[in-house]
Amino acid sequence: MKKIIKLLGVLIFLTGFVIFLLALREQRFTLMPHVVESVIVNPYHKQLIKSVDYEMLEEQYESSEAFVNRLERLFRDVKIVEGLNTKNTSSEIQKNGAPLSEYDINQYIFELTLASQLGGIIVESSWWLRMTFGLMMLGALLYIFTGLYESPESNNAGVWQQSFQNRGLFGLLTGSFLIGFYIVLYWFPLYITSWIHLADPLSRSLNGNNAGQWFLYGAMYTLAILVMGTRMLIRYRHDRYQIFRTISVMFFQTAFAFIIPEILSSLNKPRFDFKDMWPLKYDFFFEWNLNTLLQSGHIGVFMLVWGIVLFLVAVPVFTWFFGKRWYCSWVCGCGALAETAGDPFRQLSNKKLFAWRIERYLIYAILIFVIVMTLLVLYTFFTGSANIGPLNSYDVRKWYGFLIGSVFAGVIGVGFYPLMGNRVWCRFGCPLAAYMGIIQKFRSRFRITVNGDQCISCGNCSAYCEMGIDVRAYAQNGQDVVRASCVGCGICVAVCPRGVLSLENASEDISQRGNIKRTIKLNLDDI
Amino acid sequence: MHIAIIGNGISGTTAARFLRKYSHHRITMISAESEYFFARTGMMYAFMGHLRFSDLLPYENWFWKKNKIDLVFDHVTRIDVLEKRLYLKRSPEISYDKLIIATGSKVNMPDIPGTSLHGVTGFYHKGDLENITNLHRSISNAVIIGGGLIGIELAEMFHSKNIPVTMVVRDAGYWRNTLPYEESEMVGSLIKKQGIKLLLNTEVREIQGNAEGKVKSVVLTDDNVIECDFVGIATGVLPQISLLNDTGIATEKGILVDEYLQTNNPDIFAAGDCAQIRSPDSGRKSIEPVWYTGRIMGELVANNICRNPVKYKPGIWFNSAKFFGMEYQVYGFVPNKKSTEYDNVFWQHPDTQKSVRIMYEQSTEKVVGFGLMGIRYRHEVCEKWILEETQLSTVLADLSLANFDPEFFRQYEPLVLEQYFQQTGKKILPAKAKNLNAVIKFLKNVKR
Ligand SMILES: Cc1cc2nc3c(=O)[nH]c(=O)nc-3n(C[C@H](O)[C@H](O)[C@H](O)COP(=O)(O)OP(=O)(O)OC[C@H]3O[C@@H](n4cnc5c(N)ncnc54)[C@H](O)[C@@H]3O)c2cc1C
Ligand code: SF4
Ligand code: SF4
Repeated sequence: MKKIIKLLGVLIFLTGFVIFLLALREQRFTLMPHVVESVIVNPYHKQLIKSVDYEMLEEQYESSEAFVNRLERLFRDVKIVEGLNTKNTSSEIQKNGAPLSEYDINQYIFELTLASQLGGIIVESSWWLRMTFGLMMLGALLYIFTGLYESPESNNAGVWQQSFQNRGLFGLLTGSFLIGFYIVLYWFPLYITSWIHLADPLSRSLNGNNAGQWFLYGAMYTLAILVMGTRMLIRYRHDRYQIFRTISVMFFQTAFAFIIPEILSSLNKPRFDFKDMWPLKYDFFFEWNLNTLLQSGHIGVFMLVWGIVLFLVAVPVFTWFFGKRWYCSWVCGCGALAETAGDPFRQLSNKKLFAWRIERYLIYAILIFVIVMTLLVLYTFFTGSANIGPLNSYDVRKWYGFLIGSVFAGVIGVGFYPLMGNRVWCRFGCPLAAYMGIIQKFRSRFRITVNGDQCISCGNCSAYCEMGIDVRAYAQNGQDVVRASCVGCGICVAVCPRGVLSLENASEDISQRGNIKRTIKLNLDDI
Repeated sequence: MHIAIIGNGISGTTAARFLRKYSHHRITMISAESEYFFARTGMMYAFMGHLRFSDLLPYENWFWKKNKIDLVFDHVTRIDVLEKRLYLKRSPEISYDKLIIATGSKVNMPDIPGTSLHGVTGFYHKGDLENITNLHRSISNAVIIGGGLIGIELAEMFHSKNIPVTMVVRDAGYWRNTLPYEESEMVGSLIKKQGIKLLLNTEVREIQGNAEGKVKSVVLTDDNVIECDFVGIATGVLPQISLLNDTGIATEKGILVDEYLQTNNPDIFAAGDCAQIRSPDSGRKSIEPVWYTGRIMGELVANNICRNPVKYKPGIWFNSAKFFGMEYQVYGFVPNKKSTEYDNVFWQHPDTQKSVRIMYEQSTEKVVGFGLMGIRYRHEVCEKWILEETQLSTVLADLSLANFDPEFFRQYEPLVLEQYFQQTGKKILPAKAKNLNAVIKFLKNVKR
C-alpha cells in the first residue's frame, strides 16, 4: 500500500513536471499598443519609441525568439532615431534624466515580451497553475505523507543506496536541471516567460499585478520550503528541536520573505524582507536601495535603521546567546531551503580536511570582498565619485553581484545540492555566516556537548553534517564541538545512535569550551 | 625502540595514537582484517545504507603516515617470544622490542551441527559484513540465534530490507542475562511490534542444509523446524587468542594480564577484547568486550610502555546501545535480578518506550546505578553521583542535572519523583530544571 502511494506520488509529480516543461512550448506573442503604453512609462522613451515604425504591432509571433529578434530590431531603429535626434533633444534628455541605455533596452525587451504573451497560459492561467505546481505539490505531498508509516528512527536507511541521494543518475539529473534553471532564471528569463505567467494568479491575489521572474522564483522557493518542510516535520516527528526549527524557517520564509514584501509593495512601500541582512543581502547599501528607503518616509528610515541594527546589534547578541544557529537554522531563507528541500542531500558534503582548508580561505575572502565592495559603494554614495584609485565601485559591485550573488549563491549554492550537499553556499560562501562564525568560535555560549565517553566512532554524525564538520573527530575524544561553521541544525544530535551529542548553551566556561577531552583517562596525578 | 601492535581495532589504534603522542618510538600496527582502522560498531549502518563503508573510517588515510604509524596489512601466524619476532603470512618477519596484542574477539559459534553451512555467519568482522551484503538479496527468511546486542542489530538489518526475521533466544526475555525484567520486556515488545518473531526459552538444536551445502532450516529444542536460508550467529564473542598457543604467554579465556595490562612476559601487553584482567575491580568483569574498555586499555598500554606505569582503573561501568529506535544507557550497577541488598526507583512511560531506573543500596540509600531507556542522561553527572556515593534523595531532587535529551524535549524527571512518592510515600520536591551552567558548576566543585 505504502509503495503504491509512493509510486502514485512520483507519477503525479512527474506528470506535473512534464506539463511544466511543456508549458515552455506555449509561445505566442503579439505586441499591443496598450502594452507599450504600460511598460514604457518614461515619457522621453515613450516619445522615442513612438517615432519609429509600428509595423510589428498586433502581428503574431510563434516563438519568443522571433519576437525578441523583432523587438531588438525595433530598438535598433529607436537608437538610430535617438542618434539623429540627439542634438535637438539634449534639453529633453536632461529633463528626463537618462538616454535610452543598453540596460533599459534589455529591460524593456524582457517586459514587453512578458506582457505580450498570448495563449492558453494567459487565458487559462489557473488551470495551468493547477496542472503544474498543483500536481507537483500533490505528488510530492502524497509521497511525503507515506513517511508517517515509516519509523522516524530509520530515517536514513538506504540513503547511500539510491541514486537520487548518492550522486547517482537521478542525483545528476536533478542537479543539472537545477543548474540549468538558475542560469536561465538569472540570465535568460526571456525564454521562460511561460513559467513566469504560471505565477500570475498567485501574484495577482497578493499584490494585484502579474508576476515577474523574481515573483516566480520567490513563489517556487517558498513552495519548495513548505512542501519539503512538511517532509521534515514528518521525518523528524520524534524530535521537537527539528519540529520547532522547521516550523520557524517555514514561517519566516512565507511571512517575511514572501508575503510581507508583496503587501508592502502593493501599499507602494519598499519591498523589504525584515529578516534579510547585510552582508548576505549585499545590495543593502547600494544607492538604489538607500535612495528608495530614504525616499519612503518614516517606514523607509525605519527599515534602514532596522537593517543596520540587525547586523550590528542583533547578530552579536543572539550569536552570543545561541550560536549562529539562531539565524542559519531558524530564520535565514538560504538556510530554510537547505534544511528542507536540501535535506535529502546533506550527506554529500565533503568531510575531508582539505575541504575545510578551502572553506576557511574562501569564506573569509568573500567576507573581505563584500566589506571592501560596500565601502566603495558607500564612498560613491557620499561623494558621488565612482573611482577610488584603480577601482570603479560600479564594476566591483557588478562583479560581486555576478560572481557571488548569482553564480555562487544561486547556481552553485542550490544547483549543486545533489552533488556537493545542501550547504555549499553557507559553508564556502556566505559572508554573513563567516561573520557569525567568528563570533561563534570566540565568544558564544553555544557548543555541541559530547556525553562523556559514549561515542562508538560509528560516523553517523559526520556523515550527516551538512557543513562537513567531522563531528566524530570531536565526539570520540569526548571533546565538545566548537566550530565556526556549525549552523546548529541538530541533525548530528538526531542521528547519533548512542545519544552522544546535544546542542547546548552556557556562559560558565566560554573561554574553555571544547578544551576538555574526556576520553583521556589518565590523570597526571597518578603518574 | 620498536613497538609492534597486532590488531588495528579500537584498542590497537588507541595504543598507537598515544604511543605516538608520548614517544618517538617506531610503531608498526598489523592487521589482517582491513588496511585501515574502521569502526566495527557502525557496520550495521553501512549495511543498511545510512553510511558507506568508507564512512566507518574515523581517520583519513594520510593520518597514519603523517603520524609515522607503519601499517601492515597481513596475518600474524606466529609469535616467537624468545627471538621477539613476528611471523606473517605474506610479509617478511617483524622484530619487536615491545609487543601489544589487541587481536579482539571472534564469534562464539554454538556447539551444534551445521554451523559451517553456506548461509551461516556471525557478525563481527568486515568479511561478515561483506558476506551478508552479498547474500541478503537472495535471502527470503532469516533466523538469528542469540538475544543480545549483535542479535538485535542483525534483526534490524534484515528487517530494514524487508526480510522476515525470527530471533531464537535461550533466555526468558530479550538480553535477560543483562537487562532487568521490565527493560527486557520493553525491548521484547518493540521487537514484536516490528513484526519480528521472537522465540524465547528456545534454542537451536541443529542447522540443516540442502544437497548444495546451503542452509535450509533450523531445528529447535522444542522440535519445531523453521525453514530459512540464512542463520545469523549472535551468541556472543570470545577472545581471539589462538595465535598464542605454545608461546608461553598465559591465557585462560583471554590473555591474562595484570593491572598494568602486562602479560606474564614483561615485553608483551594485551588490550581490548582479547585481554582478561586477572583481578578486576569490584563491579567489573575480567573480560569486557566493549568499545569503551578497548579505548581505555589502549591508552593505558601506551602510557605503561612509555611512561611511569599506571594501574588499570576503568572507573564506573557504562554502556549504551540502540534497539531499533530505542536508546539504552547504563551507568554503574544495574543488575538483571532483584536482590535484597539493592532496591530501585523505576519509572516507565505508559507508551513503554521510555524508562528510568535508579539503583540504590537499601541499607544506606547510596545510589549505585542508572539504567535508561529512550531518555539520555549525562555520563559525568551520573558517574559523579555514584563515585561520591550520593544519597538517593539528593540525586532525585537534582535529577534534571543529569538529563541530556535535546533542547525542547519533554522532561520526565518530575514523573520519576512522582513514581518515587507512590513507591515510598516520600515526597521530594524537584529542583528547577537545570541548564548546562548548573551542570558545569556541579561537575567543577568536587564536594558540595
Ligand atoms: C556489530 C558490532 C557492534 C558493536 N557495537 C558495540 C557498541 O555499540 N558498543 C560497544 O561498546 N561495543 C560494541 N561492539 C564491540 C566492539 O566493537 C569491540 O569491543 C571492539 O571492536 C573490540 O576492539 P579491539 O580493538 O579489542 O578488537 P578488534 O576490533 O576485534 O580488532 C582486532 C583486530 O585484530 C585483527 N587480528 C586478530 N588476530 C590477528 C592476527 N593473528 N594477525 C593479524 N591481525 C589479527 C582482527 O582481524 C581485528 O581486525 C560491537 C561489535 C560488533 C561486532
Ligand atoms: S555539527 Fe551538527 S548541528 Fe552543527 S551543522 Fe553539523 S550536523 Fe548541524
Ligand atoms: S554518531 Fe554518535 S556514536 Fe557515532 S560517531 Fe557520532 S557521536 Fe559517535
